[in-house]
This record gives sequence, C-alpha cells and structure tokens, in this order.
Amino acid sequence: MNDIALTTGIDLMAWIETLFWIVIKIVAILIPVILAVAYATYAERKLIGYMQLRLGPNRVGPKGWLQPIADTVKLIMKEIIVPQGSSKLLFVIAPVLFIGPSFAAWAVIPFDAGLVLADIDAGLLYVLAMTSVGVYGVIIAGWASNSKYAFLGAMRSAAQIISYELAMGFALVGVLMCSQSMNLGDIVTSQSGGFLQWFWIPLFPLLVVYWISGVAETNRAPFDMAEGESEIVAGFHVEYGGMAFSLFFLAEYANMILISFLTAIMFFGGWLSPFEGYGWLDDITAWVPGTFWLLIKASCFLFGLFWLRATFPRFRYDQIMRLGWKIFIPVTLIWLPIVAIWIKLNIWPFNPV
Amino acid sequence: MSFQLIVFYSYAAVLIFSALMVVSSKHSVKSALFLVMGFVAASGIWMLLEAEFLAISLIVVYVGAVMVLLLFVVMMLDVDYAALRQGFVKKLPVALLISVLFLAVLYGITSSEEFSATQYVAPVAKAADYSNVKALGRVLYTEYILAFEIAAVILLVAIIAAIALTFRGRKNRKTQNISKQLEANKENRLKIVSIDPVVCDKEEDEEEMKTDEEASS
Repeated sequence: MNDIALTTGIDLMAWIETLFWIVIKIVAILIPVILAVAYATYAERKLIGYMQLRLGPNRVGPKGWLQPIADTVKLIMKEIIVPQGSSKLLFVIAPVLFIGPSFAAWAVIPFDAGLVLADIDAGLLYVLAMTSVGVYGVIIAGWASNSKYAFLGAMRSAAQIISYELAMGFALVGVLMCSQSMNLGDIVTSQSGGFLQWFWIPLFPLLVVYWISGVAETNRAPFDMAEGESEIVAGFHVEYGGMAFSLFFLAEYANMILISFLTAIMFFGGWLSPFEGYGWLDDITAWVPGTFWLLIKASCFLFGLFWLRATFPRFRYDQIMRLGWKIFIPVTLIWLPIVAIWIKLNIWPFNPV
Repeated sequence: MSFQLIVFYSYAAVLIFSALMVVSSKHSVKSALFLVMGFVAASGIWMLLEAEFLAISLIVVYVGAVMVLLLFVVMMLDVDYAALRQGFVKKLPVALLISVLFLAVLYGITSSEEFSATQYVAPVAKAADYSNVKALGRVLYTEYILAFEIAAVILLVAIIAAIALTFRGRKNRKTQNISKQLEANKENRLKIVSIDPVVCDKEEDEEEMKTDEEASS
C-alpha cells in the first residue's frame, strides 16, 4: 500500500514538472504573440496612415508608441453589454471559441530547429483543423447576438471560410507532396539548400492561392465581407464591446500573424537562411539565429496584409465566391498533377543531392 | 489510474453528455452545437487510439465543414417549438419502447462473443516515429484502390444529383457575365469627342448671366 502511494507520488511529481514546463512554454509563445498583436495594430495604423498621406496615431507616448497600451486599457475598462434576447451562455462563449483555436494553432509552429512546443507528425493537418474550427466563434457570435446584422455577418463569414478552406487545403497538399511529411519542422528541413530550394518556386501557383485564401480566411480586407462596415455595421461582432470585442480583435490579428508564419514556413524555408550554401554570403550570415530569418519572412507577409488592406476596395460577394470556387480550386487541381510529375521525374529542385 | 484512462473517461463522459444533450436540448441550434462537442470528444478518443489522422480529419471535415453547413441551415429555420412539443406524452411510450429495444440489441451485440476481448486483442502501442498518415495512404492507394475510387465516384454522382434535383433556375434569368465585366476598359466604355469651343463676346456673355440670374430668382 505504502509502496503504491510512493510510486504514484513520484509519478505525480513528474507530471507536475512536465505540466509546469509545458505551461512555461505556452506562456513563452503566447506573450510574444499577444505583444506582436498589440504592435501589429499600431504598425497597421501607422503604415496605412503613411500610405494615405496621414501620420497615424502620434499622441500617446513618443511617436504614438504607447497607443496599443492605451487602447488595451480602454477596452479593459469598458463594460461588456449582453443584449436582451440573446443566448447568454453562447454569447459569452463565442469570443473564447474564436480566440482558442487561433492561439492553439501556435503549438506546432517551429521557431527554429527543434524550437517547437508540440513536435507532432500531423502538424499540417492540425493547423488546418484549428483554422477551420475558428469559424464557430464567428457563427455562434452572430447567432447568439440576436441581431440581424450580426447574423448576416456570421452567414457571410461561414460561407466564405468554408469556400476558401478547400483551396487552402489543396494548396497544403502540394506542400505535403514536396516535403513528404506533415511535420512542420520536417517541411522546413526538406527545403534546406538556399532560397532556390525553397518551395516557392515549384509551388508558386499554390503559394498565390494559399496566400490569398489566407487573407480570406482571416476575414481581412479586401475579403472582410463578414464585417463590412458600410453594409452591416461590424458584422458578427456588432453587439460586442470591451474585452469581449477585443478578444475577437486579438484573434483576428493572431490569425493574420499565424498565416504569415505558415506561409514563411511552408513556402519560404521557415528558419533557414536564404544564403545557405552561397560561400562567403553564408559565412558572414552564419551567426544570425534562425528565428530572426523566420521573423523577417513572416513580417514581410504581414506587411503584405496591411498593404492589401490599404490598396484594394472590398470584393463583391459573388466575386468572392467565384474567385474561391471557379479560379482557386481549378488552379490547385491543375497544379497538383504537374507537381506530382515534376517530383517523379526528379527534375530540379527535387533531384536528390 | 493511468493518465490515458483519465483522459479516456473524461472524453467519454463529455461524449455521452453531449449525445444526450443533442436529443434533449430544447433548441435545435443548441442541439447542433452539442453534436459538434460530441464530434470533438470522439476525435479525442480516436486520438487515444493513435489514429491521429482520422481524429484530425474528423475535426477538419465534420466539425470544420459539415457541421458549419448544418448550423447554417438550422439557424435559418423558423421552427415552431411549441408545436413540436405537442403530443410529447402521447408519443413517449412508443419512443421509450424503441429506445429500449435499440439499447437491448446494442447490448446484445457488444456483449456477444464476436466483439469480446478475446476476438479483439488490445492494440499494441506504435513506435514514436510510426506515421499513421503514411500507413493509411499506402493501404488506400494500393490494396483498396478500387473501393476507394468507387466511393469517390459515388460521392461525385451524389453531388451532381443533388445539384440537378434542387437547381430550379429560370431559363431566361439575367446574370452577370463576369469575364465580360472584367474586360471593361477605357477604350470600350468611354468615347472622347472633341467639340470646338463656342466663342462669344464678353458683353453678350454678361448679359446672358444677368438674365439667367433674374430668371432663377
């Protein structure tokens, strides 16, 4: 009896230790993500400001650097109003359901060789699952609000996310074929050998499809039909205020950063240096940590998202559907056999080194 | 109790609870949401069986796509719940009888020799580098290729049949020809005509303005 208690006690200690380290790792990923989200909003407002010949936020702190903190404090202080006739529990759960998957997907993102929280073999599928589960937050928010505008936004968003998920999934099949693995770390290492070995060359059409579908999945302009300020006020989160709203906001930006990271990992060699195997260029950049390269690549795509928002007007709904179903899906379906033949013929960059 | 067992029983409890709520929930949208919760719990149990591909595809396909579309429909329905609940007491004995029969049959099957522990030995845990996805892909595309392709064709036929049966578009309806819209440019939309400017005397012009003002006032 005593013996059993002793062994379980040891087990329990080991569990607590593992749990402790996992929690520490989660915090170590989430705090930078949340900070990145806060300053992504600042960067977006500044960038779009400069693109439109304005200054952007410049009042709070030097050059407006404290603006995100001021915004956060404001959102925390605001009252959360639960509308009458709404489904109370679902109304409160919806933002949680939206932000949960968008944070959970970060578990499989490799920041450097071996620097990943969960090194799972089905990482690619996991990311796809997490991005598709996020739509529940939107739908439930739209329905539970008991408001026509919110409901319209939710309906639009559901149809849009499902349509673009198909194209996104097909684009990921191309990545899977090239790397022969669903582990995101293995996908990166299979691209090693300089920037000409990265998958953006053989999978260029899929890269374009993935990137634009990513913009559509995150409900960003020019695909922000779910929010559509000029038509349905703020779409699915029209009834939300204060922290409840800021959870939606946080999740949207976390999703944007996630999509940028995924594009960098799957098509642009993740943490790998672009100068790998280029003689002296490789030598003088050898000290640069892999995480730095990943951050540089991801921030380029994040900049692209801001740029798109400042440049393009909102799509018309039927054109969004046409682009998803009649252009993207056929493009991926045509490109996948081409890639299959390409890989089987062992032509560059798939020739064994 | 090992960690696996704790996880299994918690998922099983969630699964049973949500399955009960699917049938007993008063609102159809909530029922559908409980069904989603049931899928997630089932996927957790599959994950424990080391079937990670099936588990995640259950999430991607059923939770991420099928149930979203189902919710889409259920949310739009205008259901009269009071009318639905009428006759509950009258139908209750029949419903109870059917469910008891079903439970008995189910219990009979699962407790029979066919499904006993001797017929199905506990699966051996796979090595850490064992890839479920690769194994499944190999079998699907070699051994069961014919069955797999037939299933795909049946699904395709079902899709086309569903569209053919439900599509009732008018023959003469007006639609936008999007490629034609995209072709629109300055040349085929805008015609610039050069018109000679009309020159008149300055005094005459002022007089004209005066008369205009008088007319307007």
